[in-house]
Amino acid sequence: MTNVTVKDLTLEFGAVRVLDKLNLEIEEGEFLVLLGASGCGKSTLLNCIAGLLDITDGEIHIGGRNVTWEEPSERGIGMVFQSYALYPQMTVEGNLSFGLKNAKVPKPEIAERVARAAEILQIEPLLKRKPAALSGGQRQRVAIGRALVRDVDVFLFDEPLSNLDAKLRADLRVELKLLHQRLQNTMIYVTHDQVEAMTLADRIAIMRGGVVQQIASPAEVYNRPSNKYVAGFIGSPTINFFEGDIAEGGVEFATADTKMPLTGYEASQGALSARPAWLGIRPESVITGTDVDTQPFTTEITVELFEAMGADTLVYTTLAGTPFRFRMSGQARVAAGDTLRIGFDPAQGSLFDKTTEERL
Amino acid sequence: MTDATANKGVTPRGAKPRRRLSPTNIMLYGTLFVASVYYLLPLYVMIVTSLKGMPEIRLGNVFSPPVEVTFEPWVKAWAEACTGINCDGLSRGFWNSVQILVPSVVISIAIASVNGYALSLWKFKGSEVFFTILIFGAFIPYQVMIYPIVILLREAGDVLSAMTGTKIRLMGSVWGLVIVHTIFGMPILTLLFRNYFASVPEELFKAARVDGAGFWGIYFRIMLPMALPIFVVAMILQVTGIWNDFLFGVIFTKPETYPMTVQLNNIVNSVQGVKEYNVNMAATLLTGLVPLIIYFASGKLFVRGIAAGAVKG
Repeated sequence: MTNVTVKDLTLEFGAVRVLDKLNLEIEEGEFLVLLGASGCGKSTLLNCIAGLLDITDGEIHIGGRNVTWEEPSERGIGMVFQSYALYPQMTVEGNLSFGLKNAKVPKPEIAERVARAAEILQIEPLLKRKPAALSGGQRQRVAIGRALVRDVDVFLFDEPLSNLDAKLRADLRVELKLLHQRLQNTMIYVTHDQVEAMTLADRIAIMRGGVVQQIASPAEVYNRPSNKYVAGFIGSPTINFFEGDIAEGGVEFATADTKMPLTGYEASQGALSARPAWLGIRPESVITGTDVDTQPFTTEITVELFEAMGADTLVYTTLAGTPFRFRMSGQARVAAGDTLRIGFDPAQGSLFDKTTEERL
Repeated sequence: MTDATANKGVTPRGAKPRRRLSPTNIMLYGTLFVASVYYLLPLYVMIVTSLKGMPEIRLGNVFSPPVEVTFEPWVKAWAEACTGINCDGLSRGFWNSVQILVPSVVISIAIASVNGYALSLWKFKGSEVFFTILIFGAFIPYQVMIYPIVILLREAGDVLSAMTGTKIRLMGSVWGLVIVHTIFGMPILTLLFRNYFASVPEELFKAARVDGAGFWGIYFRIMLPMALPIFVVAMILQVTGIWNDFLFGVIFTKPETYPMTVQLNNIVNSVQGVKEYNVNMAATLLTGLVPLIIYFASGKLFVRGIAAGAVKG
C-alpha cells in the first residue's frame, strides 16, 4: 500500500522553478532518504509534504487522502528539524504536549502519551527541564519525541543530525534505525550526508536541481547508479571516471592509450553499441597483491601520493591519462614513487553515455 | 639556557596587564569627563536652583549650592502654581498625562506587535509593499498632518455620535489624543517588532504550525514569551515619546485635559508677577522624572532588546 504519494509537484518562487513535476511514491513503513547537495530542493520537497509551503501545482496524498491544501497539523505528520526548534520557554514536558493540547486531546491521554514517548527515547529524567539546560543530543531526542507523541503515520526529518558532533551523530543514527524498526512508521528523511543515507534508507532518492535522479535501494544506487551525477555523488572517495569509446559489439572500452575489456557487462537495456562514453570505476573495486592476475584488466602504476586512514590506505596515481584513486585494505606499505601492479574488472564498473550521461 | 628549561611549559595566564595612565587612557577619560560635565552642569544648576529660596537666587550665584535648603518650590510647582485661573500646579497635568499615556502605550504596542508578527512570519501577497508604506510614514514630518487630523478627529467624532446616539467628541478629548499617539507610534514600533520576529528561527514557527497552533496560538504561546526584551524597548520608546510630547498635547486637547508638558510650559511662560526660577526648575524636574524612572528601572533590558532587534533586517 502506498502511504505518501507526490504527483506532478511543481513549486515556483517567483520566476524560479524549484521543483519541476516531481513524482514520488513512498510505501507504508518505508524509510525513504532524500539525498542531494545543498540547494537541490530536498528540504523544499519535505516542506511541501509537510504543508509548510504552498505548492504551485500538483497533488500530495498521505494515507490515501488528498492533503494538498490541508494545514500541516491535519496531515498526520510529525516533523523533526535541524535546529531542533524546541520552544525555549516551555519545559520538555510542555514541548512534548504542546501539539496535543492544540488538538484538544484529554489530559490523562496527554500524560500517557508523553510518558510513553519519554520512555521510548529515554528522556524521562529531563521532563521538567527547559531546552536550554539540555545537550544537543538530548534536545534532538526531545524534538523526535515531539513528533512521536502525535501518533502520526508519517515522520518527516529535515537534516536532524547535522547540528550534532560526529560521535553523537553516529549514535543517534543507530537509535533512529532502531526506532524505525520498532515503530514501523513511514519515514522521510532529508540529508546531504551519504553515510546517513546509505545506513538508514530502505530506498534513497537522489535529487539534483529539483528533479529526482534515481530512486532505489542503497546497494543499487551504489552499484548501478543511473547516471554520471549519481555515480559521482555516491561513494567516498569518489568514483574514478575514464573518458573513451566503447568498441563495436561492446567488447572493450578504449581510452587514448589503454584498452579495457568489457566482457560480462550488464547493459541496462539491450546490448552495448559503439559510442563515446564514460567508464566509472569505484576506488574500492581495485585489487592489488597476489590476486591481481585473476582480474580481466591489469596494469602497472606509480604511486604519486598516499593517505593512510588506519583501516585502509588511499593511493593517488594516474591511469590512462586521468587522475585515479584506489583503496588498499589495511595499512599498506607503499611510498610515493613505488611501482604497483593493480587490477580490476571494468565490467563491474558503470558505463555512461558521453552526452546524455545516462547509464548504458 | 637554564631559565628557558625552568620555564618550559609555563605560559602567561590572564589578561595582559595594562598601564593605567597611558596617553590613550588620559585622552579617553579626559574626553569622557569633559562630556559628562557638559551634560551634568545644567542639571546641577536646575537642582540647586530648585532648592533655593527667591532671595538667594537674586544674589545671582547660579553655581553655588543652596545655603538654606527649602522644598517649598517643589510643593508649589506640584500643587499651587497658577496657570490662568487654575492654581493647582502640575498635579492636574500629571494625572492627565497618565490618562493619556497608559492607553496610548498599551494599545499602540498591542497593535504593533501583532503587525510585526504578521509581517515577518505570515507573509501575504503585498505584505512587503504594505510594510514599505507603513515605514514611509515614519519619515513624514508631523506638522504636515496636524490639520488633516484635526478634521478627521472632528468628523470621526460626529460619525460616532450619530451612530451611538450620544454625544462623542474626539477632538479635544483624551481619547482623541490616544488615537493620534497610537497611529504615530505605528511605523517605528512595527519595524521594531517585525525585525525582532524576523530574527526568531523560522523552524520554531514551522514546528508550531506542525503542532497545530494557529495565528493567535503561535503569537500568544510561542512568540510573546520570547519577545519580552523587545516589548520593554517598545514600552520605553513609547513612554518617553508620549510623555515628552508637547505638540499633539497642545493641539488635540483643551485646558482641562492638557498633559503635563503643556501645563509645565504654561507655568514657566506665565508673564504675570515675578519669575519664580526655583518653582520653574522644580516643575521641569518633576515633569522629566517619569521617563527617567522608566529608563533607570529597565535600562539593561532596553540595551539588550535594541541589540536583539538589530540582528536581522
